[in-house]
Amino acid sequence: MHFIFKTRYEQDINLFRHGGQIFWYAALALALLCAPWLLSEYTLSQITFIGIYAIVCLGLMLLAGFTGQVSLGHAGFLAMGAYTEAYLQANGWPFMISLPMSALVAGITGIMIGLPALRVKGMYLSIATLAFGFILEQVVVSAEHITGGNAGRQVEKLIIAGVDFDDGTNFYYLVTVIAVICVLGVLNLLRSPTGRAFVAIRDSEVSAQSMGINLAHYKTVAFALSAALAGIAGALYAHKIRIITPDQFGFLQSIELLMMVVIGGLGSIQGAIFGPAFWFVVQQLIVTGKDWLPPELGQQTGLQPTIFGIILIAIVLFEPMGLYGRWLKFRTFLEIFPFYRKGMFKRQKSYMKSERLK
Amino acid sequence: MQLLQLIVSGAAIGCIYALIALGFVLIYKATETVNFAQGDLMMIGGFIGLTAMTVAGLPFWLAFLLTIVAMALFGMGTERLVLRPLLGQPAFTMVMMTIGLGYLARGVVTMIPYWGTETHTLPVPYKDEVIWLGGEGTGLVVSVEHLVIIVATVALVALLYAFFRYTRLGIAMQATSQNQLAAFYMGIPVRRVNMLIWGLSSAICGVAGLLLAPITFVHANMGFVGLKAFPAAVVGGFGSIPGALVGGLIIGIVESLAGFYLPEGFKDIAAYVVVLIMLVVKPNGLFGDNLTKKV
Repeated sequence: MHFIFKTRYEQDINLFRHGGQIFWYAALALALLCAPWLLSEYTLSQITFIGIYAIVCLGLMLLAGFTGQVSLGHAGFLAMGAYTEAYLQANGWPFMISLPMSALVAGITGIMIGLPALRVKGMYLSIATLAFGFILEQVVVSAEHITGGNAGRQVEKLIIAGVDFDDGTNFYYLVTVIAVICVLGVLNLLRSPTGRAFVAIRDSEVSAQSMGINLAHYKTVAFALSAALAGIAGALYAHKIRIITPDQFGFLQSIELLMMVVIGGLGSIQGAIFGPAFWFVVQQLIVTGKDWLPPELGQQTGLQPTIFGIILIAIVLFEPMGLYGRWLKFRTFLEIFPFYRKGMFKRQKSYMKSERLK
Repeated sequence: MQLLQLIVSGAAIGCIYALIALGFVLIYKATETVNFAQGDLMMIGGFIGLTAMTVAGLPFWLAFLLTIVAMALFGMGTERLVLRPLLGQPAFTMVMMTIGLGYLARGVVTMIPYWGTETHTLPVPYKDEVIWLGGEGTGLVVSVEHLVIIVATVALVALLYAFFRYTRLGIAMQATSQNQLAAFYMGIPVRRVNMLIWGLSSAICGVAGLLLAPITFVHANMGFVGLKAFPAAVVGGFGSIPGALVGGLIIGIVESLAGFYLPEGFKDIAAYVVVLIMLVVKPNGLFGDNLTKKV
């Protein structure tokens, strides 16, 4: 285990805590850079999807994992981003402007949805976001002249400054660069007073308030930022899929986004990337494994939800910190081998935090 | 007359929402868990009833009883297996667990032979029959399916009222839902009572599933109706049993009226619009206790 002897305040601010981290992240960056030469086109396209979903999950993580506001309607923000991008692009807006506009439109929707969050919390907030998600979906269906209704809307080829981004490799680089910028942005945000306020609100609203944190302001900001990230991802998603229909952004999508975040590990940036990565890898494994299973089992459409349901339940029961928590344990095990003890990450026994008046 | 017609059919669907909301409320009051799998419990209830009637060939009433018993056992088993180990964890953990359970249930159900992804019809004896109230051809036409739902709901609520009011177990459940610690000190086995509440709530959902089945058919996504029971529970005041009933009726009737008088598409979101208005105007619901948390 690295024990860092801090001699300067700058060390507290550094993005990387020690040389090892710089090495490994540089290796990761190199791997991402070389991926188009090493991997097949199909794998690259799957990685592009992971990147897009990582951006949404990053937003959801900011909201659910760091601010403690659970949203059950996050697919709605994704839809706002996707349709804004499709509409603006069709009207001849360049990508460099339409992408921030998608984020802005989704962010404004996020503020609208965040408004009830100022009055209600916990379960009521979940229900409010769920209701908004359904209403947004219906709005998308009804606004046929913009969204094409249930039939869906075709998204045109993405060309930026004469470069064709419909090509797999170019689009992969575009998504990767945007995802990295988003990760760095959120990472920096969490080290700023705003990020600290988010975490304080998550841990206890009452104590955050008594520290002078304006709950209304910070919750709204959290919703807006989270939605804006979803909007960016939505715009990229629209270009990736090329045909967007309302049912891609339904309640099930919201649930699956939340599942990815929880599987990845609530309350960690890495979790927001592990979650979708794990999701797509398992999905791929199921598709490949189908052929080896007996046809009665392999051809079932319910196979995938069953497996993901079991994974989620197992994670909630046995590993509340998700894959990231599992990785932390494994890393510690290696670092201090052979001194790892079972109880090192044992959770403090927590008592029921009742919302009731006792 | 048309308005009355719409209100009656809305009230019938509202009764289904009310029954599912009742399931939420019972579990929420006792364990402070919001059960997002309530609608899926209803779906499982529908499938059990279907299997009992078509595969085993049991008469309707026997299948009905069998469903109630099976669902009660199923609910108790679920609580014991996956929810009790999480006792004392934050509310979000529990919510995620129930979301996972619902997701799993929708997947597993399609893999069970005979249940599958198809839509099934529950062969109830009162299928497609109508009753004329106030004169043949001129009065109010009520389908028997709707009538059965309303009558069964009223009977069930009366039964539950008597259960909570007069039996030892019912009173113990009330005590547990008011204050777990005090109930524990009074010698009530709180964990076992929680398990029984899950059983009771699942059984109610099973009934709701059987009642709804003749109208919407039995299929794997039937449980999404349960999502409309959230608005019902919130409108009535989460944690209030009469509130769940009134909330369910309000949502059902509003939905029915919106489907007729408003443009297409409003029917599906009417419930959610109502709940948002309610959350902004009166977050505690019609019958909710106006309590604020003390530090």
